[in-house]
Amino acid sequence: MSASRASAATNIRDFPNGSGAAAVLAAGIGAFLSALFALLADKLAAVKSLMVFYKPTGPLSGVTTCAILLWLIAWLVLDRRWRPRTVAMGRVRAAAIILLVLGVLLTFPPIADVF
Amino acid sequence: MEITTRSLWTLIHGMGFGALYLMACSGALVELYRRYASPLKPAVEIADERFLRAYLIAMAVLAWFTVLTGAYIVYPWYRAAAPPGATNLAAFPQRLLLASPSTSAWHSIGMEWKEHVAWIVPISITMAAAVVARYGRNLRVQPELRSAVLAFVWISLLCAGVAGFFGAMIDKNAPVEGGATIHIAQGEHR
Repeated sequence: MSASRASAATNIRDFPNGSGAAAVLAAGIGAFLSALFALLADKLAAVKSLMVFYKPTGPLSGVTTCAILLWLIAWLVLDRRWRPRTVAMGRVRAAAIILLVLGVLLTFPPIADVF
Repeated sequence: MEITTRSLWTLIHGMGFGALYLMACSGALVELYRRYASPLKPAVEIADERFLRAYLIAMAVLAWFTVLTGAYIVYPWYRAAAPPGATNLAAFPQRLLLASPSTSAWHSIGMEWKEHVAWIVPISITMAAAVVARYGRNLRVQPELRSAVLAFVWISLLCAGVAGFFGAMIDKNAPVEGGATIHIAQGEHR
């Protein structure tokens, strides 16, 4: 192993987790919003017609575009606030995973049909 | 031997981007778990760190290509409305599936789930790639952040698996066909 590689391999810094926490929570928000918009478009005719951004793809185009835009905005905002800080990662992880799992469950039609 | 352009795009979407993503997932999980699991394990070298970063970025690109080709190229052909009174529904896969009680659930459960759950994949893996790109080997001393990234990659594998399974089964029951025919090779006469 060269000197530079050895040096790099051991050079672990403990810098703030804020930026990572922002990315994780925003991904949870994005996953949940994508399911929520799909549910709203399925249940409400007004939302369904509003979500048709590209006619051949139908409401899926608006549902996914809105969810992705809001995910990116949430990521940007959280990153700007948390980047220099160390946040309670355990709570952020729990919130993000709950949002992610809710997102997966709400996209499953038999569960979505309960609402 | 020939293939239609719509079949070719379905192949590119499912077997090209989607299947490649599914295969890549196991590599990412092993790498994230094995190399970054504990600060007590042998140190992560720069070359390994660069490799994982590039690997996850490539996975994110694959995931985005999969959902974008699916939603904006293949899905419009799948959901095309049949003209009133049409009896041959071969060119209208969604209508073909809904026309029979034995196949309608492939659309009402399979496609309805697949078309939405698949979008969780690029969101999850883009986040994982961004976190690994930013933290690199420092992820070893951020166990909660690392485990969150691992959880998202696991769920992305699950979501991609659901989308891939239903995509394959729907294509088996009502394939997306049509468009120009591409001749690949000429067979021998017997």
